[in-house]
Formats: sequence, C-alpha cells, structure tokens
Amino acid sequence: MSKERKIIPIGPYHPLQEEPEFFRLIVEGEKVIDVDIEIGYNHRGIEKLSETKHWDQVTFLVERICGICSTSHPLAYVLAVEDLLGIKPPPRASFIRMIIAELERIHSHLLWLGLAGHFIGYNTVWMWAWKAREPVLDLFELITGNRNHYAMMKIGGVRRDIKEEDYSVIKKTIKELYPQLDLFKKAVRDDPVIHKRTKGVGVLTKQEAISYGVAGPTARASGLKIDVRRDEPYCLYEEIDWQVITTEKGDVYDKILVRVLEMYESCRIIEQCVDRLKPGPIEVEVREIPPGEGIGRAEAPRGEVFHYIRSDGTNQPVRHKVRAPSYMNVASNKFAVKGYSISDAAITLAAVDPCYCCTERAVAYNKNREKIFTGQDLIKLSQEKTKKLEAELK
Amino acid sequence: MIKEEVKKKLEGKIKEWFEKNPRRIYITIDKKDLKEVAKILHKDLGMRLSTVTGIDNEKNFELIYHFGKDQTGELFNLRVFIEDKANPEIDSLVSLFNSTEWIEREIKEMLGVNFKGHPDLRHLLLDKDWPEEEYPLRKDYPLKKGYPQDE
Repeated sequence: MSKERKIIPIGPYHPLQEEPEFFRLIVEGEKVIDVDIEIGYNHRGIEKLSETKHWDQVTFLVERICGICSTSHPLAYVLAVEDLLGIKPPPRASFIRMIIAELERIHSHLLWLGLAGHFIGYNTVWMWAWKAREPVLDLFELITGNRNHYAMMKIGGVRRDIKEEDYSVIKKTIKELYPQLDLFKKAVRDDPVIHKRTKGVGVLTKQEAISYGVAGPTARASGLKIDVRRDEPYCLYEEIDWQVITTEKGDVYDKILVRVLEMYESCRIIEQCVDRLKPGPIEVEVREIPPGEGIGRAEAPRGEVFHYIRSDGTNQPVRHKVRAPSYMNVASNKFAVKGYSISDAAITLAAVDPCYCCTERAVAYNKNREKIFTGQDLIKLSQEKTKKLEAELK
Repeated sequence: MIKEEVKKKLEGKIKEWFEKNPRRIYITIDKKDLKEVAKILHKDLGMRLSTVTGIDNEKNFELIYHFGKDQTGELFNLRVFIEDKANPEIDSLVSLFNSTEWIEREIKEMLGVNFKGHPDLRHLLLDKDWPEEEYPLRKDYPLKKGYPQDE
C-alpha cells in the first residue's frame, strides 16, 4: 500500500446511541497518524435550560442527559444541592441510592462488553452479555417501575422506597449473575485471540491519562487509582467493603478487564447494601434553597460526574455546570489511536466506552473522494483481523 | 495536612480562603497568578483538574477551576474574577493540561472569554456557523432565541 495520506471520517450520528461524535482519522496506509475529534452534534443547552427550571424539576432534566447512566447525573446533582444545604440523607436513602447506582454500573458495563465483543468479531459475547444484562433491567423495572430513567433521586433522599419483599429478588438476581461474570472473566483472560487483538493496542499511558484528566475505568486501566466512591465517599460507600480495581498497562485489554472485575465489586456492594437496609425514613424535608454554592461528584459507570450549582435564594439555580466523564475520556482518544492500524481503531475508540454511534457510520474516502470503506466495513475489517488471528493460532 | 501545604505554597497569592466544609475549599486568587497557582496545585501537589465552571455575574465574569486531591478527597476551587466585561481575557492552561483544550473552547463559545495562548479556539459544541459575539450562557442571552437558522 502506498504511503498516501487519507482521511477517514467516522461519524457523526447514529440514532441508537447517546453521544454523537465525529472522528477524523488521518491515515497513512494502514497506520493512524492523527485524529481530529468533533463533538456537539447533540448539544441541547441543558446548562442554560436548567437556569429556568425549579430545583426539583432539574433532577428530571439532568436525568435525560444520558440514557445509559441515567441515574448518575441526578445523583451528582442532588449531592451538589445537599452540599449547598449541608445536609445528609437518611441511611436508608443512601443505601437505596447505592443499590441503584451499582445496578446501573453492572448494566452499563455489560452493554459495553457486548458491543466490544461485537467490534472484534465475537458476536457470541455480544449476545451473552446482553442476555445477562436483561435480568438487571427487569430488576430495575421491579424496584423502580422503569427499565431506564428510574427517577429515584430527590433532593434530601429518594423518591421511592424498596419493598421488603423485593430484597430477596435483588439478592437472587445478583447471585445468578456471578456465574455469568465468571464466564466473561474466563473468556477475556484465556482467549488467545482476544489477547492478540487487545493487548498492547490503544495504549493510554499513565502520564497522558493524567494530562487528559481522564476518569473512571479509562483512568484505572492506566494505573491511576481514582474512584470518587473511595476518594470522597458520598452516600455510605465508606461503610461498605469493596475494592478499587486498577491495572497498569492502559491498553484495550486492561480496559476490558477493569470493567469485568468492577462488576464483581458492584455485586458485592449491592449485597451488602441490601443487608443493611433498616426500616426508616427515606428523605429529609427540604423547604427552600438558600443562597450559596455546592458541588456534587458521583462515580458513574464511565467515571466522575461533576455538578456545580449556585443559588441566589430563588427557586431556580443561577448557574448549573455539568461535566460528564466522557468529556474527558473521549479527548484522550487523540493520543490512544495514534500509531495503530485502522482495524484497531474501532475497538480503541470504543474502549473508553463513549458510544458506538460513530463507528457504525464510518465512511472512508481516498483523495478523489471515492468511497473505500463504510462504517460497516471498518467493523468488518476488525472482525476479519480476528478471524485471521484465529486461523493462525489453530 | 494538605490544606496547610496549599496555604504555604500559595503564600501571598490567596486573596480569600473559604472552607464551606472540610472537603470544599474555595480560594480566590488574582487572575495574573492563575497559571502559576495551577502549576503548583497540579505539578507540586498532584491534583487533578476536574473541570472549569464559567459564570456570568453580570458585573463581571467568574471562572472556577475545580482541582481535586484524589487521595484525600478535598476539592480546591480556584476562583478568578475577570472584571473587564468588554474584553474578557485570561491565560490558557493548555500547556499544563491537555484536558483544558476542550474546556477552554467551550467557555469561549458559551461565555465569550478569550484564552491567551490557546492554539485552537474553534467552536466545540456550537455549530461552526453560530454567529460571533453571541454567547448563550451570558445572562443577557434570551433562552428562547433559538438557532440562527430558525429565524
């Protein structure tokens, strides 16, 4: 292949996934030389809109920021308002918040695992992961009434209690999840093809991880031991026995492993929370929000969610700043895809768990603007590489 | 511990020190000291820049740089005021953190604050055809104005 430079645009929009992004890969032959990232296709002006809503309405507004981790934004927001007020919710409310947040982490990681499997040509992993995810969503429906957008968070507590007869259902679902997780762990750890496809690919070094300020599994896979649940224990994470999972290399393999192992921790947290649910109030009454400012941070499946709010004593925020973890993580792709082949781009761009919208719609042109690859081709390219490796290893 | 260290390292630069609670510290500094203070917090004290909040206070602009000390859980919030409403400008921190590249682009398009030394201040979230001098997060920008092409 000649050393001619080509531009591969990936994106910008796919209606199925939440964050449309646009990557412009600059490639020489098969090698990615540079990447330019464009975002903003889904900018909805939520920060401005929030300034026109009542404090309680904002909880519902921010729940709509993300469809997958829909509880992390309201959680960070209510924590910010509670920080302003200087109050803590009752223990029962905190445990319910944690159960919801951890269930969400499990379903989000399973969703990602399935798609990651699909990108490297393991459609069985895709089906299994999404099959394992289904009982978690059913559980959400049982305890919150919704499979997504649970509307559980409220300033001062939670909006809905968990019924005592549902405790056993939660525990049973979690118990049945362990063997499934073992299966994924084994698949990731033992499969030589997965190793070949993901080890040493899309490396984000620790130093770059610090400079890009990445968060969540993306940071932990690069050896940064940061997790808001441990660093600034909100709710009652300090009372629970769990571990922060970190790995050192920062490649795609480590990012997969961190997420798989984190699901075990989430299961353990949920089990302990259910055991600690004691009868009691689920909210403290909040009548008005005095002037002041507050910051709330929560660990979403993808990393730290950051909310800053300021009040002037009226019933609406003066300023509400929202920062989602992908904002930091997606930018780090600038470093992580450089120097690797195009067939690895699909999985590398997906490894920070942004959203896959982009990769599905990729179209590549040569300099005469003739089409070379489409998005499907890029995934196919990735899947073919796996097949080739499989054949070699036989 | 860390608070004493911050106070010592930033001696002479702190205009106001306010502890809302043990984990939320707000430090007001002069805008000319921003780069130096950010460097001390990040390089010497190992803090992570979470994000930057830009606020239009009508009489001036306010930027809050949220630095987190992850090992102990405190958030140190550097507050900087920009008094010049007509030509708001502040030093860019891109040379210190790659992450500020997007953060500063967003504040530029939303609030119209210029960052000295930023290599590429294109629009990040707004459309590239969005008119200059129209900054949606300023208080005088009407909520229902809509996108320019809707008019």
